[in-house]
Amino acid sequence: MTLDLLLRDYTLQIVALGSAVLGAVSGILGSFAVLRKQSLLGDAVSHAALPGIAFVFLITGVKQTEMLLLGALISGLLGTFMIVSVDRYTRIKFDSALGLTLSSFFGLGLVLLTYIQKIPNANQAGLENFIFGQASTLLKRDVYWMIGLGIMILTVVIVFWKELKIFSFDPEFGKSIGFSDMKINMLLSSITVIAIIIGLQSVGVILMSALLIAPGVAARQWTDKLAIMVLLAAIFGIVAGVIGTIISSLVGNMPTGPVIVVVISLIVFFSLFFATKRGMLWRVMRMKRNRRDINDSKVLVNLYELAMNHDVVYHPHKTNVIMLGKNNKRTDNKHVIKSLLYLCDKGYVKRDYFDTWSITDLGIEKAKRIMANHGGEKL
Amino acid sequence: MTPQVEIMLIAVIVSAACALLGVFLILRKMAMMTDAISHTILLGIVIGFFITESLTSPLLIIGAALIGLLTVYLAELLKRTKLMSEDSSIGLVFPFLFSIAIILITRYAGNIHLDVDSVLLGELAFVPFDRLILFGRDVGPKSLYVMGIILTIDLAFILLFYKELKLATFDAALAAVIGFSPVLMHYALMGLVSVTAVGAFEAVGSILVIAFMIGPPITAYMLTDKLKTMLVLSVVIGTFNALLGYQVAVIYDVSIAGSIATVIGITYLIVFITAPKRGIITMVYKRHMQRIDYAMHSLLVHLYNHEGTEEEEVEANRHVIDQHLHWQKSFLDKIMKKALRLQCIVVEQEFLKLTSKGREYAIRSFEDI
Repeated sequence: MTLDLLLRDYTLQIVALGSAVLGAVSGILGSFAVLRKQSLLGDAVSHAALPGIAFVFLITGVKQTEMLLLGALISGLLGTFMIVSVDRYTRIKFDSALGLTLSSFFGLGLVLLTYIQKIPNANQAGLENFIFGQASTLLKRDVYWMIGLGIMILTVVIVFWKELKIFSFDPEFGKSIGFSDMKINMLLSSITVIAIIIGLQSVGVILMSALLIAPGVAARQWTDKLAIMVLLAAIFGIVAGVIGTIISSLVGNMPTGPVIVVVISLIVFFSLFFATKRGMLWRVMRMKRNRRDINDSKVLVNLYELAMNHDVVYHPHKTNVIMLGKNNKRTDNKHVIKSLLYLCDKGYVKRDYFDTWSITDLGIEKAKRIMANHGGEKL
Repeated sequence: MTPQVEIMLIAVIVSAACALLGVFLILRKMAMMTDAISHTILLGIVIGFFITESLTSPLLIIGAALIGLLTVYLAELLKRTKLMSEDSSIGLVFPFLFSIAIILITRYAGNIHLDVDSVLLGELAFVPFDRLILFGRDVGPKSLYVMGIILTIDLAFILLFYKELKLATFDAALAAVIGFSPVLMHYALMGLVSVTAVGAFEAVGSILVIAFMIGPPITAYMLTDKLKTMLVLSVVIGTFNALLGYQVAVIYDVSIAGSIATVIGITYLIVFITAPKRGIITMVYKRHMQRIDYAMHSLLVHLYNHEGTEEEEVEANRHVIDQHLHWQKSFLDKIMKKALRLQCIVVEQEFLKLTSKGREYAIRSFEDI
């Protein structure tokens, strides 16, 4: 039914396409922001874009998307410039600079918006949409613009791939081989501002930052390679954009922007838990396995030492004398039995009819090897 | 009291309460966490609203404060997984909670009076309409009392725990060693931030709260190194901004909170440019003077190096010396002028000669190297 709807509903197609482009672009650029630990810069820039939009409208008096976005671009860059120079020339921390810039620019935006509302002009309706975004108002023309800008951003990223890569991981090295830190920063900021501006119409000023951060963070969990990370982030962005759009059109009274944000957040949480290698679940499992390996070794060594105290090496021992390590008084029987059973499977120990355990030749060899590996240290 | 005076009074109280807390927030690098809290309290307000079905219940403040603390806790939880950096964790948690709040509002609160715009953007001009009636008498706008109580709590907290706050801010490790928990301080402060933000949202909206919290303190931080001075100065600057912003808003008939936030930004910008010790003009001037000073010493050392040697005729010639030192001609002239003024060199025909004073300088800087 969903697919059917997507195939038939023309408006939905347009909106979904727009959201997908937005997701892809912000995923790609967000990856760099996340790696450079500048995630929140996007938040500040998107707020800083508001006065530009309002100002252009005030001058031109018409709601022409391209001109408004140009205004957004200029004031967004101005905001970035302010943040960067405060950070560079004073002891004010980066995040304080962000906070002040985003709120005072936003304040100015509000002032201009409220000023515009007082002017008798029928065109102003919908200007507030930039604050919360309204994907459903996207027109075909807007989506073409988004696609065009998206392709432009993609080209810039591909052309400057090497530089971006170096500056994401080792800016000092980049500087030492002669790349200009400042130039790359400006380049990345500019294309990020453009990406944010693509998103303003559909998800709005406030939620745009999530779209920049989340896909990158989610993708980072699955891979250590930049190219794959960027690709994955783009895919996550697209998936969230399309699914969010569909949900908000299927369920009544669901704002598109927030739904997209919730979907991409869920993708992040899923990745944090289930990603291979880095994910939490994976980590817990690995810890458990390590713990078990250590337990097995301890039990085997303990049994070996017990056996050495007897004339017959294969002297059987009861479970309760076998311990996890030598000095462990509070022996946990459950773990010991678990380990013994596992060792039994491997053929290192034997179990006889009276539920007693004895070490095998194979086990003796293994125990000696374990002890040698630990250099005679206590396990 | 006329509504105008009431509005100004509320604006001043909000500014003072925010500025006091803000001092500690910026010193502890919590500015963006504050931004996150000021957004997510919306979820607390919405949930509180669903439970109490009233926008004026004190439960709303408690609910919002709890959500504020939850935000801090979740962001720290995410950071602790070491799977992302601190700013990413903040940037993930707050849009998520905020989105849930917006979805809840648009879906379930569509026909009741809980307007997203009013929560986020606030409107000081409407605040005097909501009156507090005690024993059948109108005693003033409710917001005035709410913010007054919050300001008192903030002030009391800072006065009571001044020493602890100072220590936890500047030396968390020492604080922990001495025996009071910086974590507890942290959450207490965050709790107050949430409560203050909730109290202020009606007047100034949740986005602009952060301007009130961050702006005046960082402006004060440009001007002083003392914590006490900074606290007082922040409140003074905050008050000034609030009053000026209000006047501007009245003249142009625009959003009061937005106008105050703009004034806050402009005030900071002016101080950023002109502050006596840390302002950008001073910094650039200082750097420029250092450069000139260094260049003059280089010139003196250069002359000293070649003094009395065979190549002196070439090296000390005023027409070629710029090439030897890889300087612009105009720059050399400037340096020469300064050296002449300080009587470190004299010009004999086309050659520069060190005076005894200049020689002394040169020897000293030579030894410093």
